[in-house]
Amino acid sequence: MSIAAPLRRNLVTPTTLVLAALAVIGFLFIGMRLIYGLGAVTNLNSGYSWGIWVAIDIFIGTALGCGGFSMAILVYVFNRGEYHPLVRPALLGGLFGYTLGGMAAFTDLGRYWQAYNILLPWHWQPNSIMFEIALCLLAYTAVVWIEFAPVFLERWRFPAIKHFLDRWMFVFIALGVLLPFMHQSSFGSAVLVMGTKLSPLWFTVWLPLLFVVSAILMGYGVVMFEATVVSNSFGLPSEHALISKLSRVVGWVTVGWLVIRWADLLDRGVVSLAFAGDLKSWTFWIENALFAGTAVVFLTPAGRASQRASFLGAVALLVAGALYRLDALIIGLRPVGNWIYFPSLPELMVTIGIIALEILLYLVFIKMFAVLPVAEESSPRTADRRLP
Amino acid sequence: MTDVDRRDFLMGAGFAAAGAAVPTEAAAIARPPKEMPPQAVGMLYDSTLCIGCKACVAACKAANNMPVDIPEHLSDWNETTWDSAEDLSGHTLNVIKVYRNGTVEQKDREIDGFAFIKRHCLHCVDPSCVSVCPVGAMKKDPVTGIVSYDPDACIGCRYCVYGCPFGVPQFDLNNPFGKIAKCEFCRHLQKDGKVPACCDVCPTGASLFGPVKDLEQEIERRLAAPAGTPYRFPRGKLGEDRPPNVGTIPSYIKGIYGEHEAGGTQVRYLAGVPFPKLGLPTVGPQSPASLAEGVQHTIYYWLIAPLVAFAGLAFLARRNAPRPDADNTPKSQGGRS
Ligand code: SF4
Ligand code: SF4
Ligand code: SF4
Repeated sequence: MSIAAPLRRNLVTPTTLVLAALAVIGFLFIGMRLIYGLGAVTNLNSGYSWGIWVAIDIFIGTALGCGGFSMAILVYVFNRGEYHPLVRPALLGGLFGYTLGGMAAFTDLGRYWQAYNILLPWHWQPNSIMFEIALCLLAYTAVVWIEFAPVFLERWRFPAIKHFLDRWMFVFIALGVLLPFMHQSSFGSAVLVMGTKLSPLWFTVWLPLLFVVSAILMGYGVVMFEATVVSNSFGLPSEHALISKLSRVVGWVTVGWLVIRWADLLDRGVVSLAFAGDLKSWTFWIENALFAGTAVVFLTPAGRASQRASFLGAVALLVAGALYRLDALIIGLRPVGNWIYFPSLPELMVTIGIIALEILLYLVFIKMFAVLPVAEESSPRTADRRLP
Repeated sequence: MTDVDRRDFLMGAGFAAAGAAVPTEAAAIARPPKEMPPQAVGMLYDSTLCIGCKACVAACKAANNMPVDIPEHLSDWNETTWDSAEDLSGHTLNVIKVYRNGTVEQKDREIDGFAFIKRHCLHCVDPSCVSVCPVGAMKKDPVTGIVSYDPDACIGCRYCVYGCPFGVPQFDLNNPFGKIAKCEFCRHLQKDGKVPACCDVCPTGASLFGPVKDLEQEIERRLAAPAGTPYRFPRGKLGEDRPPNVGTIPSYIKGIYGEHEAGGTQVRYLAGVPFPKLGLPTVGPQSPASLAEGVQHTIYYWLIAPLVAFAGLAFLARRNAPRPDADNTPKSQGGRS
C-alpha cells in the first residue's frame, strides 16, 4: 500500500505554461460572449440551440469527472478497499470537471444575469429535467469539494473541522454516489423530450440507464488514464497491478452496457439505420466499435497484462463515451428545417480553454496537496480494516 | 471463472439487469397526456385560402413590437421597405413560406404547383416547452391554453428551442440581452377581447381565430363538402359578423395537421399539398413531454427511490469507509494507515 503526499515539483513548466495560455485565450472568448452575446462567438442556430459547450463541457465534461463517483461505487458500495489509493486523484478530477462544467453552463446561459432564478422556489418547475439536473449538479459540486476538503485540511491543519468531517464523511460519500446517479441518468432523460427530433439509433426510453452506466465507465476510464499518465510522467511507482485488476470489472460493465444498447436496438428494429452510410451511421459504428474494443482488451489476460494495451483501452473507452454523448446530443439530431452546425473557432477555443484549465489545476493540485500515492507503505491496510 | 472473475461479471450483469426494470414500451411508462383546456382558443390556417400576401407577418410584427427582418442576400433591392423574413427568428414570430415544384403552374398542387404555409407556435395541448423549462418561464394557461413566455423568469438555457417538436421557439443569439421569441397568440390583444393580429388582418380567412371546439366543427364542414361546392369562408374570428370570403371548397389532402401531432395542438392546418412537403415536421401522436416526464416521475416518485438509495448508501459508506479513528486505536494493529 502507498500513502498520499504532495509531489513538490516545479509548478512552472512548459506544459503548465501552454495550458495557462490556452486557458487565457478561452477566457477572453468567454468575456466576448458575455459582452456581445452568444451569436458573436458561437455557430449556434435555431436548429442546434445546444452546441459543444453543452455537449462537451457539461455532458462529456461531467462524465469525465465521474472518476470519484465510479471509484466510490467500487470502494464503498462493493467494499473493495484495495482500490482506495485511486479515490483521491479521481475526486480531484471530479472537482474540476464539475466546477468548470458549472462555469461552462453559466457561460452558455443566454440570460445568465438571471441564472439565480433557478434557486428561487417560486420559479421552480419540478417537472423539468433541466431543473433537477441544475440543482443536483450544484449539490454534487458542493459534495465533491467537501469530500476533497480533508486534503486541504491536512495541509492547513484545522483539526476541529477535520475531525467533524471525518466523523460525518459517510454522509457525503453516500451523497457522492447518489447525486451522480441522479443527474447522470437525468442527462439521458433530458434527451427523451427530443422524440422524433433524434435519430432512433439513439432515441430510446433506456437513455437514462445508458447515460448513467456510460458515465460510470468513463469515470473508470479517467482513473486508469490518469493513473498511467501521472505515474509515467512523474516517475512514480506504477499502479498497473491495481489498474489491471480494475480493468476486468470495467470490461464486464462495458459488456453489460453493450448488451442493453443492442438488445434495445434490435428490439425496436432500427439497426438498418446504421447502414444508411451517412455521418450518423458512421459515428454510430465508431462509437460501438470503441466500446466493444475496450471490452475485448479488458477481458483478455494479454490485454490486461500489457500496460500499453490497457492504456489504449482506457482511451478508447473515454472516446466511446464522449462520442455517445456527442451523438445523442448533436450528431444524431434531426432538427426541424435544414440546419447544420459545426462549432466556430472561438467556440472551440472556449472548450479547449476550459479543458486546459482543468488539466492545469489538476497538475497544480497534485504538486501542492497530498493527492497521489507516492510512498510505499509497509503494511496491508485493507486487511486491517476488516478486523472487528 | 475464478471468484474474482465472477464478482466482476456479476457487476456487469447487475447493470444490465437494473435496466430490465424499465419497461421497453414507450407508452407504458409515459404519464397520461394532458387534456385540451375546456375554453381553449385556437387557430385554423387553411393553406388553400392563403394568397401569400404576408399581411399577417407585418401585422404580427406591429402587434408585438418586432423589427422587420431583411436577410443579407435580399438587402440589395430591399433596404427597409418591407419585411422579408424567410424563417422564424429572434424577431419573427410568424412567417409565410412557399412550396414550389416543377413549373409552379397551379396553386395547391403537389406536382408542378405551389402552395403557402404559415409557421408559428401551435400551442400544444401538452407542450414540450412548458415541460422542459426549468424556471417556469413557459406556461400554459389552464383556461385558454395559450402558451406564454416570461422573459423575466427565463435563464436562456434554450432547452425549449431544443425540445419543441415543431422548431418554434427562437433565441435571439445576436443580442447580448437576447430572449426567446415565440408566438404567444397575441395574448395581450386577446385580453382586451381583440382578435390576434394575424387573423384580424387576413383578407381571405386563411388564418381564422376561434374556440378550438368551433374550429373543429368548421374543419369537419370543409372536409365533408365535395370539392367545388360553393362555401362562405369565415374571416377574422369564427362566429363574428364579418362578411365572409365567398368561394368554393378546394380539394384538400387527407388529414388535419395539429389534430394528433405531439398529443394535439390548438392550431390546425388544412392544405392541398401533403404537410411534409410544406415543411411541417412529421411528429408522432405521443406528446414527448408525457414520455420524458413519465420516465422521470417513475424514477423520482415521491423521491422514494433516491431516499431509500441514500439510506442504503450511507449505511454502506459508514461500514466500508476507512475509520477516522483508525490511526490510533488498537483496531489497526500492524501499522499506521
Ligand atoms: S409548438 Fe413548440 S413552442 Fe409552441 S407550445 Fe408547442 S412545444 Fe411550445
Ligand atoms: S430558454 Fe428560457 S423559456 Fe426556454 S426553457 Fe430555458 S429558461 Fe425556459
Ligand atoms: S397570434 Fe399574434 S403573435 Fe401569434 S402569429 Fe398571429 S399575430 Fe403573431
